Amino acid sequence: MQDSRADILGRIRSRLGRTAENAASGRVEIEAVLARREQGPRPAVEADLAARMRVRSEALSSTVEEVARLEDAPAAVARYLAGLNLPSAAVAWPQLAGLDWAGAGLQVEGRAANGDDLVGITGVFCAVAETGTLALLSGPDTPATASLLPETHIALVPVSRIVTGMEEAFDLMRAECGELPRAVNFISGPSRTGDIEQTLVLGAHGPYRVHIVLLRDC
Amino acid sequence: MQIRSMHFKGRASAAAADRVLQGKLATAKGLFVDGRRRAVAEIDLEATREASQAIRNRAVAHLDLWLERFEQEATRRGGQVLWARDGAEICRLVTDIARRHGVKKAIKSKSMLSEEAGLNAALEAAGVQPVETDLGEYILQINDNEPPSHIIAPVIHKTKEEVADLFARVHQKPRKTEIGEMTREAREMLRTHFLSADMGISGGNFLVAETGSVALVTNEGNGRMVTTLPRVHVVITGVEKVVPTLEDLATLMRILPRSATGQSISNYFSVLTGVKRPEDTDGPEHLYFILVDNGRVDLLGSDFQDMLRCIRCAACMNHCPVYQTIGGHAYGWVYPGPMGSVLTPLFVGIENALDLPHAATMCNQCGVVCPVKIPLPDLMRKLREQQVERRLRPWGERAALKLWAWLARHPSLYAFAAKFGVRYLNWLAEGGDRIRVMGVAPSWTAGRDFPTPEGRTFRELYKTRRNE
Repeated sequence: MQDSRADILGRIRSRLGRTAENAASGRVEIEAVLARREQGPRPAVEADLAARMRVRSEALSSTVEEVARLEDAPAAVARYLAGLNLPSAAVAWPQLAGLDWAGAGLQVEGRAANGDDLVGITGVFCAVAETGTLALLSGPDTPATASLLPETHIALVPVSRIVTGMEEAFDLMRAECGELPRAVNFISGPSRTGDIEQTLVLGAHGPYRVHIVLLRDC
Repeated sequence: MQIRSMHFKGRASAAAADRVLQGKLATAKGLFVDGRRRAVAEIDLEATREASQAIRNRAVAHLDLWLERFEQEATRRGGQVLWARDGAEICRLVTDIARRHGVKKAIKSKSMLSEEAGLNAALEAAGVQPVETDLGEYILQINDNEPPSHIIAPVIHKTKEEVADLFARVHQKPRKTEIGEMTREAREMLRTHFLSADMGISGGNFLVAETGSVALVTNEGNGRMVTTLPRVHVVITGVEKVVPTLEDLATLMRILPRSATGQSISNYFSVLTGVKRPEDTDGPEHLYFILVDNGRVDLLGSDFQDMLRCIRCAACMNHCPVYQTIGGHAYGWVYPGPMGSVLTPLFVGIENALDLPHAATMCNQCGVVCPVKIPLPDLMRKLREQQVERRLRPWGERAALKLWAWLARHPSLYAFAAKFGVRYLNWLAEGGDRIRVMGVAPSWTAGRDFPTPEGRTFRELYKTRRNE
């Protein structure tokens, strides 16, 4: 095992013409690249990030609605589920378990999802307006399964947490988390496949539908 | 995977005569080509290609240092980094891991390297049930482990009727006719596997040196299942897949989905770093990275180093007139299309895939659409040169080239031969401007006409002009 490592790295070094001298300057160079964090060309994104988020999310086959405050979310979620005849029992991020779900007529448990949960309610770490993408970080209060196993994923997205591009999302992670969590999941609409005759079908292995509740004043 | 690239000509002819396949390829071509065209219009394509090329070049230029950094960062977060020289070593490492953790069932998201290694057969031999979970790969697996014919649309060669028959037979359920119903049935079959597997095996679209992470791109969500639910996660990826920073990932993610499927972003893009934290309620407890050579290191510093930039988007095959006519199976190994015509001979030996570098019209569509600017036609030409240098071309071709070289060194003989050739072609054209049937190569003119030469040879025309 160790032999393969030595062998592969050794051959890479000899093919690159690595010497002790240029290894030192090479290390300086890679540190500079890591420190510089140079960005590539960025497409223009309009200043109204919430509007862009809405348009791009809908283009990805997500549905979007807007309420004012986090406290308004349970009623909005209940309306959405009832409107589509979906079950009123859901699993939610433990982080959101304290909201008054029962008051809106929903049975919500704060935990990681299992294969039987049909509705998953999550927040987001942030959202990316450029592509209409949700960014979720795994953690004890924000389990990754809640956005993956249920057939319906509902995400509560504070408008103040919408950033321009993926670069800003990574910056926010570095600033607020230091280390990356186990999983950073960028989610862009319901799960899909085009494998059979290149015909698009929603709901391949993950959710069939993604509903985004924008929280205007959060 | 067994190498069948030596049978290219026969398989290509059969595919070119297959009307059903042609129809499928034409539809897919329309979707991929139009989709890409629309999606790249949203970005500054040329600037993004330049930047992506630069990122990949930066990684390759200091590959040893970036890999050491990646290893350090990944290890610090609880991952274990292993190295494999070839497919056999991949199989040995994965089956060892499976044994160590008492694994009975392994769910897999798409990994071309696992195809290179023939990993599924090795797992089965070791008593581990491998389950492909990408819908396309799943269809192939239940159809007697048929090989994929496209790197991102593995069952592009199948009609929905074929899939319906296959599902009815293997799933033992009433035959479905709608693609949506079939997808739902596969979802239900695979859900059970997702929830009961002990090990997840994935490829890696990129490795991030800065954070020791693997980045995975999927649409179906199977990649997330494979890397979230089982207690062991094994990443198998080529040593060249490393990129320096998260910013580099952001740039490459602007061009990879657009080039591949014409999406502005893929459904799921996951950046996975380390094992489940002590307080986490989901995620794998064990994480292994297998960094693979299998022919890649030899490309460093060679004429083919550019190929190490490849991000496996499939734009080259989607735009290739040859791929569009024959599909992927004819290429005879893991990678079809222009990138396969370059990679296959380099990975399996130039003498085992002689026809592939010739399976090109040199139109450079592949080079134009490549998101990391790999000059694919140049690389195919270099492979052709190597075939000539290593005397791997057929004797007839070698003799013809020798004859030509000899003639070229004898100007008056050359002039005479050219004169004779032109007269011969004019005679064949029977006074018209097209040659319908070429006497010495009738098959060449079976599908097209050859234009008639302008009456005299270049030298004759040049001489006349100088005298005027």
